[in-house]
Amino acid sequence: MDVLTLSRLQFALTIAFHYLFPPLSIGLGLLLVIVEGLWLATKNPLYHQMARFWTKVFALTFAIGVATGIVMEFEFGTNWATYSRYVGDVFGSALAAEGIFAFFLESGFLAVLLFGWDKVGPKVHFLATCMVAFGAHFSAIWIVVANSWMQTPAGFHIVGGGLAARAEITDFWAMVFNPSSMDRLSHTLAGAWQAGAWLMVSVGAWYLLHRRHRDFALASVKIGLGLALVAAVFSLITGDASARGVARNQPAKLAAFEGLWETTAQAPLHLVGWVDERNKRTHGVAMPGLLSWLACGDSARPVTGLDAIPKADRPPVNFSFQLFHLMVAVGFGMIGLAGWAAFALWRGRLEDSRLLLWLLTFSVLGPQIANQAGWWAAEVGRQPWIVYNLLRTSEALSAVVTANQVAASMVMFMVVYLLLFAVFLFLLNDKIRHGPDEADLVPSGKLALGFEPKEEC
Amino acid sequence: MTFGSLDLNTVWFVLVGVLFTGYVILDGFDLGVGVLHLLAVRRDEERRVFINAIGPVWDGNEVWLVTGGGALFAAFPAVYATVFSGFYLAFMALLCALIFRAVAIEFRSKRPSPCWRAFWDGGFALGSFGSALLIGVAMGNIAWGIPLDARGEFAGSLPGLLHPYALLMGVTTVALFAMHGAIYLVLKTEGELQATVRCWVNPLIIAFILCYVIVTLATLLYVPHITEAFRREPWFFGIVIPVVLAIANIPREVNRGKEFLAFLSSCAAMVGLMAIFGLGAYPNLVYSLPNPEHSLTITNAASSHKTLGIMLTIALLGIPAVLAYSTSIYWIFRGKVKIDRMSY
Repeated sequence: MDVLTLSRLQFALTIAFHYLFPPLSIGLGLLLVIVEGLWLATKNPLYHQMARFWTKVFALTFAIGVATGIVMEFEFGTNWATYSRYVGDVFGSALAAEGIFAFFLESGFLAVLLFGWDKVGPKVHFLATCMVAFGAHFSAIWIVVANSWMQTPAGFHIVGGGLAARAEITDFWAMVFNPSSMDRLSHTLAGAWQAGAWLMVSVGAWYLLHRRHRDFALASVKIGLGLALVAAVFSLITGDASARGVARNQPAKLAAFEGLWETTAQAPLHLVGWVDERNKRTHGVAMPGLLSWLACGDSARPVTGLDAIPKADRPPVNFSFQLFHLMVAVGFGMIGLAGWAAFALWRGRLEDSRLLLWLLTFSVLGPQIANQAGWWAAEVGRQPWIVYNLLRTSEALSAVVTANQVAASMVMFMVVYLLLFAVFLFLLNDKIRHGPDEADLVPSGKLALGFEPKEEC
Repeated sequence: MTFGSLDLNTVWFVLVGVLFTGYVILDGFDLGVGVLHLLAVRRDEERRVFINAIGPVWDGNEVWLVTGGGALFAAFPAVYATVFSGFYLAFMALLCALIFRAVAIEFRSKRPSPCWRAFWDGGFALGSFGSALLIGVAMGNIAWGIPLDARGEFAGSLPGLLHPYALLMGVTTVALFAMHGAIYLVLKTEGELQATVRCWVNPLIIAFILCYVIVTLATLLYVPHITEAFRREPWFFGIVIPVVLAIANIPREVNRGKEFLAFLSSCAAMVGLMAIFGLGAYPNLVYSLPNPEHSLTITNAASSHKTLGIMLTIALLGIPAVLAYSTSIYWIFRGKVKIDRMSY
């Protein structure tokens, strides 16, 4: 394989693995704020127990997120040096802002969140939890802004020509609020909330199936499901907005997502399908006019097809199509599941349906699949560009790095990441099987100040 | 905010230096603790004390590296691109070491099995040692100079990066971090374990001073562009004297039992060493050897004046907040390590 393919594979492998963890940290971070807030408000020790248990899970995901995140920052320079020179002036400032505003906040207060239970009072601890969650969200902001700039560059001009060309900021806020950044940020956060929320639901449902820790499990399902329902609907709304943005700003990507070969009015929307790239046909179940209506708000309006895009500028069509449709299908599935579970919970019949509980137990996979598929679709759909319409992926490589070097590092990453993933699953399973700690029902240390155990009430 | 005619390129040379200095001071002791982890103690409880001594802070400390890297990317993209791609395999090895260091801390305590703990002990110690060594080797290469072509791309090879001066700098960095980590451990431990660790401090100080003397001699003899800077600007020696005094003060404070002052001296020495490094290099960020005219400097490698100004605004907003809450977190976790059920 050549150095381009290897470098792309390595980046795909390392970002896909990394992206399993930050969404969990963002979602669980928000849930920790909710649970600990409930504890402070109600003084119900169950919420304290929940906060303790989910903090441990959070710590595990956070540690791997940090360890694999530093790889991403290095890889821009190691494998994509030409890209780094080209975008450093624009992309770098978002990355530096992420470090200064988000990572310090997150990792600093994480210490108090994890180890400060007995060292600080409840309110200070809650503040730390809020700051960790806030930092996790903040890091998403800057990295999605930077990535969105690669999708829809704005607020810059090109200086120099040929190999020395590079983008320079002309308007910082136009760069930050580039045409796709807010849609994509809200959609990414919705996906991250789902990742955390469904994990909580899934663990709760598993305990209910096995008739263990019933109070804890029910509370986990309720709180998790509340966020999951909101986030699933929010995913739909922001996803729709993002797709309309793609239609406006990246027509080639939308055409690939939908396998639309010819520019037409009444463009159809495929529910499922298969793109025959050789014969330029898309087979599947389609709803006529729906794509035009969704993308432009009017089914009579034309949608740009791949025929309007020069061959050299087209992304891989079937691959983008399948990734996008997988994301959408899973997204709707999560809304349906959340609705069903919420209805069952409302009627008090959640624990009667073993099928529903089993589905909820596996629900944790849903947002992970959708997040991965969606992120892959966004990146594959931008090809062959690394910065849309400005710099091709094939022109962005490091000049001095050879295929053998990348092959060596990729083997290293595969071995290390397989080990990490195995250990992560093993430890997560271990924590879940061990369950919440009964001792946590009685807060100790400074947290116990001003707290009366139930029996004495 | 606009900064008028302020020399933003120099400001960012200093700020990137400040971020990396923050990193070596803070993560330096974490890595030092890791280097000593297998050598100094055998018993599980003692190793737990070592890990928990850095447990609440190592993660925040590593952020200094991430932010330093981000700042380098933003302020001097050409340097970031050239160095990271040029040192490809070395940096991949550094990533591997940093990953093992990080996850070993988190994973080690999760299972009681001795095999499990021995494996992650190994990961923690080798990861820390490897990180310290590779950071030192990279700094050695930057000080020595690396071959660059006319476009500012790295024109050397991996074996070419492993010359004696770079390796010497690597060993010196390991010794410096180990000394720094040992002093930190004396602060965080008590009783028998503290006595054990205290025995390690003096030999480590001696090892570091030996390395430092050799590096200084080698620099004077073989790295003319750095000595040239000091010949041109003799007032630079104003920095060297306090550095030597700070280093000399470390064993004095340790023997007086004032570990905190020893730790501060060690920090001050590291600030001074980084300052000497920066003064010797300025205005080059990457010195090109053998073609000095290809060097990457604070002007030819920098982002636009506008971007440097935006980033300075970001830094002025962010850094005071970072310092404020970092300080309060160190304050919350001050004192001796106490193992409880939240501990690693």
